[in-house]
Amino acid sequence: MPYLALIFGMERGIYMELTSAMTHSIAKLSGIRLSDSEAAAMTRDLGGVVGYFDLLNELDTRDVPPRAHVLPLVNHWREDAVTPSAPRDELIANAPVRRDGYVVAPKTFEGGGSS
Amino acid sequence: MNDYLSYSAIKLGGLIQSKQIGVAELTRAAIEAAKESNDGINAFITINEEEAIRQARRVQSLIDNGDTPSKLAGVPCAVKDNISTRGTPTTCASRILGGYTPMYDATVVERLRAAGTVMIGKLNMDEFAMGSTTETSAYGSARNPWDPSRCPGGSSGGAAAAVAARVAPFTLGSDTGGSIRQPAAFCGVTGFKPTYGAVSRWGLIAYGSSLDQIGPIAKDARDCAAVMTILSGEDKRDGTSTPFEFDDSSIANVNADSADLLVGLRVGVPDEAFETGLDPSVRARTLEAADTLSNLGAAVERFSFPMFKYAVPAYYIIASAEAASNLSRYDGIRYGRGVAEPGLPLDEAIIRARSEGFGREVKRRLMLGNFALSAGYYDAYYNKALQAKALLCGAFDAAFDRFDILLTPTAPTTAMRLGESLDDPLTMYLGDIYTVPVNLAGLPAVSLPCGFSDKDGMPVGMQFIGKAFSDVNVLRAAAAYQSATDWHQCAPVSAAKGGAAYATV
Amino acid sequence: MPQYETVVGLEIHVELATATKVFCGCTTAFGGEQNTHVCPVCMGLPGALPVLNRQAVEYAVRAGLALNCNITRNAVFDRKHYFYPDLPKAFQISQLYLPLCTDGWVEVFGKRVRIREIHMEEDAGKLVHDPWTDSTLVDFNRCGVPLIEIVTQPDMRTPEETVETVRQIRAALSMLGVSDCKMQEGSLRVDVNLSVRPMGSTALGTRTEMKNINSLKSIGRAVAGETARQIEQIELGRPIIQQTRRWDDNKNASMAMRSKEDAHDYRYFPEPDLAPLSLSDEWIESRRAALPELPEQKRVRYPAEFGLSAYDTDILVSEKTLCELFERTAAICGKPKDAANWIMGEILAALKERGESPDQLTLAPEALARIITLQSGGEINRNAARQTLTAALAGETSDVDEYIKANQLAMVGDASALMEIVKQVINADPDSDAAYRSGKEKVFGFLMGQAMRALKGKGDPGRLKELLKQGLG
Repeated sequence: MPYLALIFGMERGIYMELTSAMTHSIAKLSGIRLSDSEAAAMTRDLGGVVGYFDLLNELDTRDVPPRAHVLPLVNHWREDAVTPSAPRDELIANAPVRRDGYVVAPKTFEGGGSS
Repeated sequence: MNDYLSYSAIKLGGLIQSKQIGVAELTRAAIEAAKESNDGINAFITINEEEAIRQARRVQSLIDNGDTPSKLAGVPCAVKDNISTRGTPTTCASRILGGYTPMYDATVVERLRAAGTVMIGKLNMDEFAMGSTTETSAYGSARNPWDPSRCPGGSSGGAAAAVAARVAPFTLGSDTGGSIRQPAAFCGVTGFKPTYGAVSRWGLIAYGSSLDQIGPIAKDARDCAAVMTILSGEDKRDGTSTPFEFDDSSIANVNADSADLLVGLRVGVPDEAFETGLDPSVRARTLEAADTLSNLGAAVERFSFPMFKYAVPAYYIIASAEAASNLSRYDGIRYGRGVAEPGLPLDEAIIRARSEGFGREVKRRLMLGNFALSAGYYDAYYNKALQAKALLCGAFDAAFDRFDILLTPTAPTTAMRLGESLDDPLTMYLGDIYTVPVNLAGLPAVSLPCGFSDKDGMPVGMQFIGKAFSDVNVLRAAAAYQSATDWHQCAPVSAAKGGAAYATV
Repeated sequence: MPQYETVVGLEIHVELATATKVFCGCTTAFGGEQNTHVCPVCMGLPGALPVLNRQAVEYAVRAGLALNCNITRNAVFDRKHYFYPDLPKAFQISQLYLPLCTDGWVEVFGKRVRIREIHMEEDAGKLVHDPWTDSTLVDFNRCGVPLIEIVTQPDMRTPEETVETVRQIRAALSMLGVSDCKMQEGSLRVDVNLSVRPMGSTALGTRTEMKNINSLKSIGRAVAGETARQIEQIELGRPIIQQTRRWDDNKNASMAMRSKEDAHDYRYFPEPDLAPLSLSDEWIESRRAALPELPEQKRVRYPAEFGLSAYDTDILVSEKTLCELFERTAAICGKPKDAANWIMGEILAALKERGESPDQLTLAPEALARIITLQSGGEINRNAARQTLTAALAGETSDVDEYIKANQLAMVGDASALMEIVKQVINADPDSDAAYRSGKEKVFGFLMGQAMRALKGKGDPGRLKELLKQGLG
């Protein structure tokens, strides 16, 4: 479907330069690892798509507030009333490893989390 | 019995209620058809025979006691495999959810069951609903009943194929950027994406939370409306659910001489939807449908909608970002496929579970989403996309000041051949041009058949878009069009056996 | 050697006292068996969705108003992403772009410590290391408990100011009832961001962050200790590394946990599953009007209304239970000064002896008021009052009068009973009697003492004196 690209200005060749270093750091953020050949293909694919994202730069958005929610809903809240928790056996039944009612995770090192 | 499966859901419901068909009998027929078709079409990931028969017996006894729970009671159905079903595996067609069995039902599943419908199984889809062909499924691609060498579209490919193959009278899909409408168009059936907030998302495994909606796929708009009556209504467990309730009576009553409902309907046809890039047959069929509407009394008018082309980039930024976030939780620790090798440190175990568990397209979108959200790029991409979305919503508001319905093709092409479109993601994403604006603005839209391609004989679908919460109007217009045409009655011959593709009218 | 100045900012996490978690109906109760206060929402099961607890918003707004913040009319929630097994969704629902409360302050030693913001978020689960299998056990019970994070500006300069800031914030929050503020149990957790700079400099030095310091005393020690460490580094010409450190109170030193080099890119974005808040001016003003009297107001009122010293006032207002005990006792017995003296003296001493904190106090104000009334009316003496109070504090009795009667602690004022004793004393020591009659006045004191001893100190001294004179006469 090369003609599709015509409508979207791809003929102008706006490709963002995505480096393989960026690909690897985004993969790390994403919690995945790519082989070298996967990374090369990913760099090419993402470069094309991200370049295409730049089409949005044609829009004048200076005074446009970003819109996260389409519905005009606000204050969708509930009262502070306790409802029964779920049966533990069912909750953790899907965990690959469990013991004494705990879910077992691989070993962690102190302070990895944040809050 | 198999013939019954080609009846509309409403008609079947009537026959069941008047005891001309037994629920268990019909359920068995649907299960047989599902099994028989699955070699060729691969629409189902799970066929849940035992539970279906149990529900069928329960519903039959209710009906026998004069206690019919709804007018679709006893009608077989199936749901996409990203909708949680207590006790039945729910895979999202991903390896990473291999072995996962939800401990709770999605709200829509609860409602379908309470309405007495009989769920026979879980439907194939693109992995985590990311794709337009159902080829990214870890369970193998579903196939198009009209031509098994072609894809059924996606991501709700199994849901559309099962209806087209006359296995299930209706199914539920989910639509984040066209995932109900595009496969409905490719398979020659009717698919409805409700207004955002009209159907509870509780239990729908999230892809893009601000875009996802569950909706019906059926043979016609009246069946879609009947299913919506069951699905809609506020759910306190979903913070974006609204009290909007569906009144299908006005649609159910649309019959062959009700095409005059179209008289005076203001239909807008965006110029930008018919520019270069559109398959000539799709263009021709859609414009012919516009003429039909016009002949039936609708006021059809071309207009310019320049925001159209910005929807795809905005959509892929927002959907990918939300996907990257929503799919972060799959780490193989609490559920799903973990790493069997013990003793690995945490980071390594998570990375391995995810690298082995996710397919290529999912990884692409996780990468895109994390890129768009990452430090230094948020404003240029994510925030910019939210601004584009605001502009798009404004453009739709303006259009709906002038029109009741907007008419576009559902997709720029007919169903692709398997393996044709996976390599270049951008080409694949551009195929969503007509459907994604609707999700960004949260609007209701229906895809309905409007003919066949001159080139490949495949079905062509068109899309009606309405303003938010005008779901009833959108389906009524579709039902009125269908009362004057019979494209929606065409079925692939021997589709259930994966046979040749030609239409019988 | 140049003079250095310490610069401290705080991040205080406070668990709100709601009955249920912030996004689901699971109980927040402490001490349940592992993974029994959990549901699909707080365990992050696929397809589960959050629904906001209104009471959590009420509490957070109350905290913001009490700490002089502006309340954001249209606050939104954001997702903060990182992978860790105690965070089941791999993102924490928090607030970055539009936090609920901004730009507040607390007054500390006559100056303002500014509060940058207070935002709402959810707590994480608990990890237990299992040495036998070298793996980690995960308990999600605390997951989703509502928190507010109070972030101050770097406005504190000394350990004392830092401790006092925490003390004031804690006093205000506990007075509001928005949290039980128990540092030991982790319902109030303090992270200290600290840097040093040469005195007179206005640029900020490189800071370190010390996490989860669990008592006021440790905070003071941590500020002092980390200040010393940083100055030493600088003096040795070594760079300060921006990092997270853990304060070890036993070793009186901080230990590096991780460097900011591995800092996460949290990829915040607006939480699509939660509708924004929309708080009207009327809504906010009605909450402001309903605020209870705050410590700073009590600090003015106690000296003015009850004549208490600034010192006593300060101690009382820093603890909700002490304030309440004081005010209710004073109201019942009408003797505020006595009430304050008993609390400041016997009651705090008793708590200290038992190693308890004031929030563990269960003494009924009715009991304390009754003791004060009885003692000031001369019906019991100070020792009897003290003994009764000790019993009441220990929960040995709930009925003061009953206890006094059972233990015969009441003053003996009955004339015939006293006369009986007087006669016994005189008869037992006829020499004294004679000595007194011959004008040796000091013998009277001796006889008085003998009588009191016989009465175990519970004789009404006025009546006794009268009767003894009569008996010797």
